[in-house]
Amino acid sequence: MDQIQKKILEEVADLHGVLEGAYNIRANGVSAARNTTANIDIVTKTDKPGIDIIIKPGTKNESVHIPVVLSESGLKDVVYNDFYVGEGADVTIVAGCGISNCGDQDSQHDGIHVFHVGKNAKVKYVEKHYGEGDGKGARILNPVTEVYQEAGSYVEMEMVQIKGVDSTVRTNIAELAEGATLAIHEALMTHGSQKATSDYKVTLNGDGASADVVSRSVAKDDSEQIFAVSIEGNTPCSGHAACDAIIMGNAHVVAIPKLDAKNVDAALIHEAAIGKIAGNQLIKLMSLGLTEEEAEEQIIAGFLR
Amino acid sequence: MSLLSIKNLTYKVDDENDVKEIIDGLDLEVEDGKFVCITGPNGGGKSTLAKLIMGVNPTTSGQIIFDGEDITNKSITERAKLGISFAFQAPVHFKGIRVIDLLRLAAGSQISVTEACDYLSKVGLCAKDYVNREVNGSLSGGELKRIEIATVLARGTKLSIFDEPEAGIDLWSFQNLIKVFENMRKTVKGTIIVISHQERILNIADEIVVIENGRVKKQGSRDEILPELLGTSSASNIACNKLGGEQ
Repeated sequence: MDQIQKKILEEVADLHGVLEGAYNIRANGVSAARNTTANIDIVTKTDKPGIDIIIKPGTKNESVHIPVVLSESGLKDVVYNDFYVGEGADVTIVAGCGISNCGDQDSQHDGIHVFHVGKNAKVKYVEKHYGEGDGKGARILNPVTEVYQEAGSYVEMEMVQIKGVDSTVRTNIAELAEGATLAIHEALMTHGSQKATSDYKVTLNGDGASADVVSRSVAKDDSEQIFAVSIEGNTPCSGHAACDAIIMGNAHVVAIPKLDAKNVDAALIHEAAIGKIAGNQLIKLMSLGLTEEEAEEQIIAGFLR
Repeated sequence: MSLLSIKNLTYKVDDENDVKEIIDGLDLEVEDGKFVCITGPNGGGKSTLAKLIMGVNPTTSGQIIFDGEDITNKSITERAKLGISFAFQAPVHFKGIRVIDLLRLAAGSQISVTEACDYLSKVGLCAKDYVNREVNGSLSGGELKRIEIATVLARGTKLSIFDEPEAGIDLWSFQNLIKVFENMRKTVKGTIIVISHQERILNIADEIVVIENGRVKKQGSRDEILPELLGTSSASNIACNKLGGEQ
């Protein structure tokens, strides 16, 4: 791997040295490095590009890293990754994609991630997107996640896209069985003429299933964001969605909430707020000696934490 | 020598078809190292004056000299860097900014958790419960107020201004707040200006300034002004607060 690829890896996977645990690094459309452990197997798919990640039941405190790096201009990479998390396992999965496009052709990576989470399994999923490069070619990421949770499972998803991605359409589907819990935290920042769409569809099918979908976003310059979330409650369950956006410059932000209750004991809540940075927040930080720009940076950094 | 010198200060606002003078040719001298309490009737211009000193509102005319430098046209940031701190009457809420972050921004360096805890202890907060809390509506009015005061302590500037620290807090928090100011009186070496209606705060001041109709009506030592205040209409707030405090 070259220096550009290593730098991008640091951005998307917080990797600074040698990886531990299971991993699969994909660089410019091909597998660049892989490691499996006694409990976690990674198998290349034979019918389409991508891998199956098979985590044995009862696997505890292990991690899987599957970062993707694109540094060739004009590459369109589609990859299908299926995760099979065994009953009672407790794992952290770190995915991320970074694009460095210095050329004039568009670079695109579409990662389709499907999670089959076994009974009482616990998964923490972290996904970071990052783009860089001064070429005219666009940096495009269209991730899809599908999560199928069995009874009593817990999935926490942290999705971060802070910089440099020109166009994103994020599609997320989740279906939860009884007692399953899903917590999603999305942090997004767009600038320039970037466009980002997030579409979440959560279906609560089991008694006591619960979902919490929280999005914090900052739209700067001429960028555009669309956040659509739908929570369907078919049983006694609870669902909460919150979308909180800071709008700046000539940006455009759309929030589309949808709650669909089909059971009298389905408790569903949605909160949405879009607004500029409050003037009194800027004044308070300036009164501590920060310039207006520094104050803005601090407010945004805190907001997206 | 005066640390703060305000000369013929005016602040006008357009009130529908009328121009209203909130501050009307005000003159004030504040000596270095003094604990000065500004009081007076509601709507008299006290909070506006504090905001004009910090630069939150622009002056219409007149001059503000701080530590020998004309700061009339300086920004909030410049005034803060020159050594003025301001505790807001209504503390600001932030999303995602924690108490420790705010104290670090105030101190201007990456102070340790222990140092941050020292500032919180000084305002009567059990520090370890608070450093990682977000500065938002999950904290009570009294807690936010004390954190606001702690940010001013962490700055440690030549001049600290507190705009009605007692406003919007419950009685129990108020009792603690008084202790905070009594303690500050002993430990802080800089100049302190507190805007307050509270007799117990007026009682620890070196000097009291009464502001009414946008001007300084009286200025003098506590012993000189306080007894006078208790016999005038502008003392009605003090009397009411005193009664409230004893109930």
